[in-house]
Amino acid sequence: MNAPLRKAGVVILVLFGLLFANLNWVQAYKADDYRTSDYNGRVQVAEYEVPRGVIEAGKQPLAQSKATDGALKYLRVYPEKELYAPVIGYKPVNIGEVGIERSENDFLSGASDKLLADRISAMFTGEQPGGGNVVLSLIPKAQEVAWKQLTKNKSGATKGSAVAIDPRTGAIQAMVSMPSFDPNPLASHDNKAATAAYNELDKDKDKPLLNRATSENYPPGSVMKVIMASLALKNGYQQDTAIPASASYTAPGAGKPIKNAAPSVCPEAQVTLKQALTESCNTGFARLGVKLGGDKVKQEAQEWGFEQDDLSIGNLKGGGLPVAASRMGEMQNPDGSTDQAALAQSSIGQNEVRMTSVLGAMMAATVANGGQQMRPHLVKQLLSADRRAIYNANPETLRTPISDDVASDLKDMMVSVVENGTGTQARIDGFEVGGKTGTAENGEGEDPHGWFIGFAFDDKGQPVSAVCVMMERVPAAHGSSEAARIGGLIMKAAAGGGGD
Amino acid sequence: MPRIPGSSTRRNAELGLLLFAMVIVAIFAATVEASQLDTLTSSFWVPPALLGILFVGLHFVVRFTAAHADPILIPTVALINGLGVAFLRRLDLGRAIVLKEPIPGVFGGTGGKQLMWTLLALILASVLLLVVRDHKVVSRYAYTLGLIGIVLVMLPAVLPASISEINGARLWIKVGGVSIQPGEFAKLALVSFFAYYLVRKREVLSLASRRFLGIDFPRGRDLGPVVTVWLLSLLVLVFEKDLGTALLYFGLFVVTLYVATERASWLIIGLVMFFGGVYVAYLLGASVGGPFANFYDRASVWLDPFNSEFYYREFGSSFQLVQGLLGLGTGGMFGTGPGSGSPLLVPEVRTDFIFAGMGEEIGLFGLSALLICYLLIVERGLRAALGVRDSFGKLVAGGLAFTLGLQVFVILGGITGLIPLTGQTTPFLSAGGSSLMANWLLVAMLLRISDAARRPATGGPAAQPTGPKQPPVQLHGAMTEVIKP
Repeated sequence: MNAPLRKAGVVILVLFGLLFANLNWVQAYKADDYRTSDYNGRVQVAEYEVPRGVIEAGKQPLAQSKATDGALKYLRVYPEKELYAPVIGYKPVNIGEVGIERSENDFLSGASDKLLADRISAMFTGEQPGGGNVVLSLIPKAQEVAWKQLTKNKSGATKGSAVAIDPRTGAIQAMVSMPSFDPNPLASHDNKAATAAYNELDKDKDKPLLNRATSENYPPGSVMKVIMASLALKNGYQQDTAIPASASYTAPGAGKPIKNAAPSVCPEAQVTLKQALTESCNTGFARLGVKLGGDKVKQEAQEWGFEQDDLSIGNLKGGGLPVAASRMGEMQNPDGSTDQAALAQSSIGQNEVRMTSVLGAMMAATVANGGQQMRPHLVKQLLSADRRAIYNANPETLRTPISDDVASDLKDMMVSVVENGTGTQARIDGFEVGGKTGTAENGEGEDPHGWFIGFAFDDKGQPVSAVCVMMERVPAAHGSSEAARIGGLIMKAAAGGGGD
Repeated sequence: MPRIPGSSTRRNAELGLLLFAMVIVAIFAATVEASQLDTLTSSFWVPPALLGILFVGLHFVVRFTAAHADPILIPTVALINGLGVAFLRRLDLGRAIVLKEPIPGVFGGTGGKQLMWTLLALILASVLLLVVRDHKVVSRYAYTLGLIGIVLVMLPAVLPASISEINGARLWIKVGGVSIQPGEFAKLALVSFFAYYLVRKREVLSLASRRFLGIDFPRGRDLGPVVTVWLLSLLVLVFEKDLGTALLYFGLFVVTLYVATERASWLIIGLVMFFGGVYVAYLLGASVGGPFANFYDRASVWLDPFNSEFYYREFGSSFQLVQGLLGLGTGGMFGTGPGSGSPLLVPEVRTDFIFAGMGEEIGLFGLSALLICYLLIVERGLRAALGVRDSFGKLVAGGLAFTLGLQVFVILGGITGLIPLTGQTTPFLSAGGSSLMANWLLVAMLLRISDAARRPATGGPAAQPTGPKQPPVQLHGAMTEVIKP
């Protein structure tokens, strides 16, 4: 019986060998995966050992950590609830973080290399330093006005967004998205409640979790005419150059004529470029586009920031909220030649043209800033736990689509829009305001989107704010003039001129 | 040259190893307190010292009743048992701190209970060693033991669920505050019965057979009683929903049969039956569901534990398996150190998942050492089987040692995701009196048989009568059946 006993011994050896090999797999090879797994409660406990840093704007805390009695020692709270949620995002216990909470996660949690000195000194003092603080460039007053005016808009729109930028620096002054959500339940330590809250928001057909300012693009309508005017100015046109207009224009090969918003808008055969922009003359700009050609139109849009896939708004060293690319779309026939009808439509921001609210605000800011488009950013400062500045946003130019002269002409023309044209609702006392409205067709039978982009100069001639307001599917007429009104109020608040 | 008493029996080596093991346990206990309480209490050494006294007590029982027994067995088992007590104490401390309750005393909590169970287990083992001076005596009661084994296995199934069911498995008898698992003891009884019966029938089994598909099958009447007992226990276990134990008994049966008949065909038949059964159960679970659904769930969870669908479901979730793996992974190569991990995040860490809990704190190196300790015990048991001269002893020692090894493989393989998870105790480590007592009885049996195996042919405490060399002791009453054509 000894032979089978010996074989049984070998079997046991093999079985234990398998155990040993598998143990190596689990504890050595897969160890890092398991250690950092989302399912691993130890990660969370360790992460919540020290208070996560504060996200603040204008001395106001927007996200902070409160001490608790539980196993996770700090609870993340968002005192302003839905107001800043699309920008800040949230830091849930069981899944990954979102928004600025995500892009500045390393700094907020204290794991960043920038806080290495703090951690080293903590080793000697024995004190846990906690995470660093993130100061946003948002101006609370402007943010509040933007949210309040957008949600209480007089046109009955339920979805939309607004962005305000300091034209000189690219600092975001306000960024709201409607509808929004309360991030507090998502950060709950009760995993089940947090998951339920998330699922409810995720299933909501209005998509409150979406930041409509950055991640969605829409047909810009007449806002596109700013780019067309710029293209004209670059091609030898002057503000008072006469361009062909008319009540109706059918591009070569087009089935349907392009008409103006009202019979009273540029029915004459010719209008000046400035007049065309002021009144938002569709036929004039459609003809202009066809005359200058599809390649030039595309090229011009690209110079202003269309087709950029990698833009993000956070701190200038990288990271942040990714901004969806704005697109000019197709304007070609199958044989490669330009589809004139599509070009005519695209020239007035229809057809396949899609733009984000962020780019709209950047366009207005570019005009206001003498042609220099500043890189937009949200993070103004990073402070260590004891509030030493670790990073200060140093404004940088992203691109220069237009010369100072073109910018100056465009500024005049856009001011004319607000003074005498479609954007009169945007006027604010004590500021020189320019802008451009847009009403974008959005498919058959759908309500159009209402747009406004604009800028404001203070009494010293300094550009203080540029804005883009966008409302989806505005049921009432004149959505764009309501957008202009809201835009004006946001800029006023951003410039420190009080709200409402 | 005068012989130093005890030198040839290696009893002093055993004592030295035993004390060394207790020093390790004491260091473990001290580290736990240092990291959990940030201080060493004045009583951290009490459990290791008490354990030391108990084990040394057993050592003296062995010295006087089984002087030639294998000296490795007690120290290795004592080390595992001691670490188990210390780790359970560590869990008690961690729990008390989280719940902000007073720290339990040395004899309080699961750790204190385990200490008591160890005392009881060692008394039982000593009694066995004192009463059973020759393992062959056991064969006299083989049929009785077989019957007892069946009854022990069946008992929880026939008792009302209210006193036999814990977490859906009916394996216990709950009396007062104590619950015992009679099935744990059935292992010992069934091994003895199988061994006795197979020794008596081994010639018939290996010779009188019908050849089918190139494999020799014994006649039904020769194998009848063993198969009956075995099938009964399997049926009962399936009914009690304890697949892990069913698997153990299956392995036990196949291996004793193989060792007795020396025919590899039994292994092949066993393995084919086993894997075939498993696969059929899996297919039935996927299509029919019903009683097989539970098994199908376990198999699918095993194949993809990190699938969120399995993780978040209410019944048959992979939560426990995943948490165990995360604990092991967090421990990594060196572990977080005793008392510095978060083993309480793993469900059932006191019983089924104690190995995962320890793995977080002692790491791959610690667990490997533990694994080697188990391997030592099993291989030493098999060595006793090789060394002992009678067939009954060979089968009992071999069966017991192999079953112990298989049990370690089944539970550790389950926890580490090597095989589907089945609920089993980790021998000598898990909290629970039944398992501890049954496994210490098993060790006592191995000690007894190893004593017989290592005893010199002449001399020694139980010296053979002088005179011409005796013929090998024949198994009591064991007659080889004559094969009638």
